[in-house]
Parts: sequence; structure tokens; C-alpha cells
Amino acid sequence: MSARVGVVLFPGSNCEHDVVEAIHALGGQAEIVWHGAASLPAVDAVVLPGGFAHGDYLRPGAIARFSPVMEAVRAMAAGGGAVVGICNGFQVLTEAGLLPGALQKNAGLKFICTTVELRVESTNSVLTSGMTPGGILSIPINHFEGNYTCSAETLARLRDEDRVVLRYVDNPNGSMDAIAGIRNEQGNVVGLMPHPERACDPLAGSNDGAALLRCLLAAASGVRAA
Amino acid sequence: MGRFEVLVEVSLRDGVADPQGATVERSLPALGFDGVSDVRVGKAVRFNLDAPDADAAMDRARRLSESFLSNPVIEDVRIELGEESGAGAPRSGTGTDMSPGSWPS
Repeated sequence: MSARVGVVLFPGSNCEHDVVEAIHALGGQAEIVWHGAASLPAVDAVVLPGGFAHGDYLRPGAIARFSPVMEAVRAMAAGGGAVVGICNGFQVLTEAGLLPGALQKNAGLKFICTTVELRVESTNSVLTSGMTPGGILSIPINHFEGNYTCSAETLARLRDEDRVVLRYVDNPNGSMDAIAGIRNEQGNVVGLMPHPERACDPLAGSNDGAALLRCLLAAASGVRAA
Repeated sequence: MGRFEVLVEVSLRDGVADPQGATVERSLPALGFDGVSDVRVGKAVRFNLDAPDADAAMDRARRLSESFLSNPVIEDVRIELGEESGAGAPRSGTGTDMSPGSWPS
């Protein structure tokens, strides 16, 4: 049975269909879940996609954390279910307190839309469990607020606990320690600024994102089987 | 119960790079404005708050600023409490209700 992924649609999300397409292409099931839903359908994983949830009013993710569906997402994360936030979804996860730190404006104050190289660091996460540590991936980024920052204590913890999932090979946005993605303590919640769903077909320039989403589907199936 | 005008200034914490402020600062000399330093760009949020007294108003303003209006990981808030302005009969609102319960499901 293939894994079933819920992709949350906030008002202002704009990458939800890309994620659904990518999951389908990889043999998974995917469906869009409206942010106003009080509960999640029976899914094995949740993706918070990129975009501008609630217009990024106040701060990216600041309003989205109050969306009704976030209670269910929070419960799913607490229960060990796979939750992945991509780009704006990563910002939502930090604002919701499901991941530490914050994403501030890019150091150069430029919106960056380009393909970058990423190094796989921790393989102890639902998004990277089948990857090779140190492996290099070519995946697009597309953001204005992707400059990861956190307190010195948090950074020390992230490093000591192997919670940096992906690092930029050539830091494009000023992120602390070149962090492109992190995970929670258990590894079931992951946030990353790059868009794996946009690197799922050689025609799109890279297929490296598919490797990450395959890991997610495998991890999600595992949770269901357990 | 009185009504207090509140002004909340949200700015990046000291030590957090403020590229917007730095860019503004670098631009000023080009217009002939010398001697401007330590430019920080933030945002201001203004609202009225009903509370029994000034202390209670300040306490609520601080809590809502730190839990919602700012992200304490990167931002600081400065709160200005205005004079109490009479009884706090709620104004008739014409804005969009943004409370979570009002969202379509």
C-alpha cells in the first residue's frame, strides 16, 4: 500500500499542486487538505508547502500557525507522524514552535530564485533516512526570507544532536552555519527552504528532490505499517 | 475599564543583522544627510486596548506583543502606552473578522 500524504493548502500557498504531482509521480497518494479543516484525513505524512500563507502578513508563518488544521498537524507531529515543511512551510513550522529558530530576510535583501547545491548532513530524519551522508543534491530555492537564524545555544544543540539535515554548499542567503534544513529531536518533523518537489524530473533540470521525497514516502509507509 | 492607545515598535534584536537598516544608512550620505548612524528598520503596530488600569494594559500589551506581534528569536518590542481615553465601549468594527473561527472550512 503506497503512503498517503496530506498537503495543506493555506490561503496564499502556491506549491501545493507541485507537491501533489511529485508524490503521485513517485507512486504515492497525495491529497490537498484545506487549512480550515479541524482534523486531518487518514494520512501517513503531512507536507506544508511553499507560498505565502495568509499573505505572509505580520511575518511569514505568523498567522498560519493559528489555522485550525495546525492543531491536528501538531498532534500528528507529537505522535511521531512525518511532517515536512518546505520553504513557507518551514517558516510556518518555526512560528508554530515545532522547529526551533527563525527565517529572516536574506542577507543580501534579494529574493533568490536559483538552483543550489546542498549537502546531506543528518540522515536521521523522515526526509533523508535513505540518503548518503555527505551526498550533494542539486535543488532549487525560491525565497526572500530563508536566512536561518537561532540562538547560540540552539545552534549548539542542533549540531550536537545531529539535527542539521541539509547545508548549502555555497551559502546563498546568510543562513547561520549554512543551514538549509533542520529536524526535530525525533526526526519526524523536518523543515527546509529548498523545494525538492521542483527537482523531480530530469526535464526540470534535476531529479535530486525525488530522492528526498522517496525517503519521505518510505518513512511514511513505515509509520503506517508499525 | 478604560481604553488605552498602544504603540508597539517591533525591531530586530541587537546583534541580529539588519540589512535594511544598513542599506538605508549607506544611502543617506548620497542625499547629503551625513552623520546618521545606527539605523534600524522595524515596524509599528498601533491599536486601542481596553483594560482596568495602565498596569493591566501594559501587561496585556507586552504579552500579546511577545507572543504574536514579534518573533522573540529575532525581534524585540518597545511598547508605548498612551493616555487612558474614557470608557471602553467597543467601537463598531467594519474590518474583516480574522479570528480563526471565522475562516471558511
